[in-house]
Amino acid sequence: MDNFRDLLIVLLMLINLMLLASSRIRYCIKIVAFQGLIVGLVPIFAAENGIGIGIILTALCVIAVKCVLLPILLQRSQIIADVRREVDPFVGYTASIFIGIAALVISFWISTRLPQMEKQVSHIAAPAAIFTVLSGLFIIMSRKIALTQVLGYLVFENGIYLFGGAMLLENGFIIELGILLDVFVLVFVMGIAVFHISQEFNHIDTDRLSQLGDWNAELPEEIKK
Amino acid sequence: MILLLLLIPFVAGITAFFIRHDFARRVILVSAALLHFCITVSFYFKRPGPLWDGWLMLDAPGLLFLSITSLLFLMASLYAVNYLRRDKQHRGDADTDDFFFKTKPEALFTACLLFFLTTMSIVTVTQHLGILWVAMEATTLASAPLIYYHRSHHSLEATWKYLLICSVGIALALLGNLLLVMACPMDVTGPIPLLINEFVANGTSLQPQWLRMAFIFFIVGYGTKMGLAPMHTWLPDAHSEAPSFVSALLSGALLNCAFLGILRIHQICIAAGEAAFSQELLRVFGMISIFFAAVFIIGQKDYKRMLAYSSVEHMGILALGVGIGGEAVFASMFHAVNHSLTKGMLFLVAGNILMAYGSRITDSVSGVLKRLTFSGILWIAGFFAITGTPPSGLFVSEFLILKTAFAEGRYVTSALYLILLAVIFAGMALVFLNMAQGDSKKHNHPENIFLRERLLSIIPPAILCLITFILGLYVPDFLNKMLTDVAKCFGG
Repeated sequence: MDNFRDLLIVLLMLINLMLLASSRIRYCIKIVAFQGLIVGLVPIFAAENGIGIGIILTALCVIAVKCVLLPILLQRSQIIADVRREVDPFVGYTASIFIGIAALVISFWISTRLPQMEKQVSHIAAPAAIFTVLSGLFIIMSRKIALTQVLGYLVFENGIYLFGGAMLLENGFIIELGILLDVFVLVFVMGIAVFHISQEFNHIDTDRLSQLGDWNAELPEEIKK
Repeated sequence: MILLLLLIPFVAGITAFFIRHDFARRVILVSAALLHFCITVSFYFKRPGPLWDGWLMLDAPGLLFLSITSLLFLMASLYAVNYLRRDKQHRGDADTDDFFFKTKPEALFTACLLFFLTTMSIVTVTQHLGILWVAMEATTLASAPLIYYHRSHHSLEATWKYLLICSVGIALALLGNLLLVMACPMDVTGPIPLLINEFVANGTSLQPQWLRMAFIFFIVGYGTKMGLAPMHTWLPDAHSEAPSFVSALLSGALLNCAFLGILRIHQICIAAGEAAFSQELLRVFGMISIFFAAVFIIGQKDYKRMLAYSSVEHMGILALGVGIGGEAVFASMFHAVNHSLTKGMLFLVAGNILMAYGSRITDSVSGVLKRLTFSGILWIAGFFAITGTPPSGLFVSEFLILKTAFAEGRYVTSALYLILLAVIFAGMALVFLNMAQGDSKKHNHPENIFLRERLLSIIPPAILCLITFILGLYVPDFLNKMLTDVAKCFGG
């Protein structure tokens, strides 16, 4: 059991690196779906004192939402918006990989600096969670396409969930459901926003969503009409 | 009663979504707001008991922030009736692609408005940190469609920024939640109840390192939503693009709710003997916010953006007040009340001006006093109120914070605070007075149908304005007592 669990966590870290390196959005959606599956499974393998019904139910809901529902939703947005790949991110793919590896090292370093933890599933769980959070944030910052940013958010959220699961923190079933519902609605609303952006602008490049601000004079044009 | 408070706007929201008739939908909006307000008022006479093992419980801070939200929502919904009607009338001749009032499904909008009220109410009545987080994220989701009301490129951009920045921010607060659980002593068996009073009761047994880390994540997370600089970047865009009464709600009610989230954790820190740490962080973020606001208010060309930055400033003052501690906590709570009323009123008046002039650019608006007499008067009154000129309530609270800071020997903080407030006063005076005075015929505005001031667009801001000035001169006993109670919770 323990080996399998560690294998899952290592897989999770590799997935992050794969995400950082790939430009095809459809592929990225699939990877994130797979990550959702792993993140949902970890708490089941982590449970020490027997698997309660609550844990199983939570895991099922998490997998249903993160591995099935959200990917379907995102794929539909992707088809409607008609974007295949992220061509020109702020940070190139090779550089992203190196930054990812640096983030991995930093995550291990941070986890050694954390205060003493008495309860912990596995000694690589905390760094994996931190690494996932960092990769998610990095994807949000370094990518321009709105859809990829949503994926980044999902990875980021997966990291937080893993952190909770790895530290054997149970929020309770209702709270987990609430959090899941929020994440689901958020991605849903973002999907609608992506749709509108693609309708209005014929692109979903958030880099070009920069008309609002304090310094540029473009803002008045439309209003002066 | 608490359940009723939450169910009324929720059910009304669902109903509003399915009703096809405009008038009926608006009646539902206003009556739900009115009922919500009545229930909130009834809580002053009889505080409801805890529900669901204390997950939902209304304490003094909750009631204070709930009252602000409820009052403001009532005013905003009255204003909305007129706004939506004018909007509908205008829809016929709006042929330009993204002029302000393009077609939009009003039903969804009204429903989201009511859901927004529901989620904000949950934030104020819950004692459970997990529910608090879920509700806080839900406020983002419910309000995002509100910002996108005008369906223009700009409002879409603002909505996207709002969604992404706030969600990431709030997700950090979720991490804070987890860290807070880590701070619990490990001998606790079973799921740990994330209830605030549990934490406060066991404050001393929390591990300080984890608690500090949790507080940092909370202040960054909920601080993003509250608009503390430098995480405030979504705020000016969202506030300037949303319809005016939505901006009023965002600024007056939503930011306060996020502040309540930070205060709850501050409460735990105080109980754990880490007050010095959390207060210092609050002071630092408060000062940075006031500074950022001052920088961006000077020479601001868009008056709704200016109001948004003024919100950043006042959120900074709130954080600073709590950070200073002592009497300043009381002042800070009083400031939250006054700021919400004043800023709500200013945004509503700004909505009137925007409708008449069709421009958010300060340079293309002049002579408001001549053209829209009542709005002009309220605009000037609002200016004096928001900059903390006596006899507005904001003067009392800002002065009390300054006094406490001096008494505690924080001379540098006090000096900076005074200088920045003076700068903001000057910056805002320029904008407000230029807009109010001057020749209204100078600019060639379309002589549109919005010129006549309607009763419903004047009365709500007038009421809010009146309350602010009354509070500056006289604080009723019940409010005084409640503010003292609230201040006690947060180290006052």
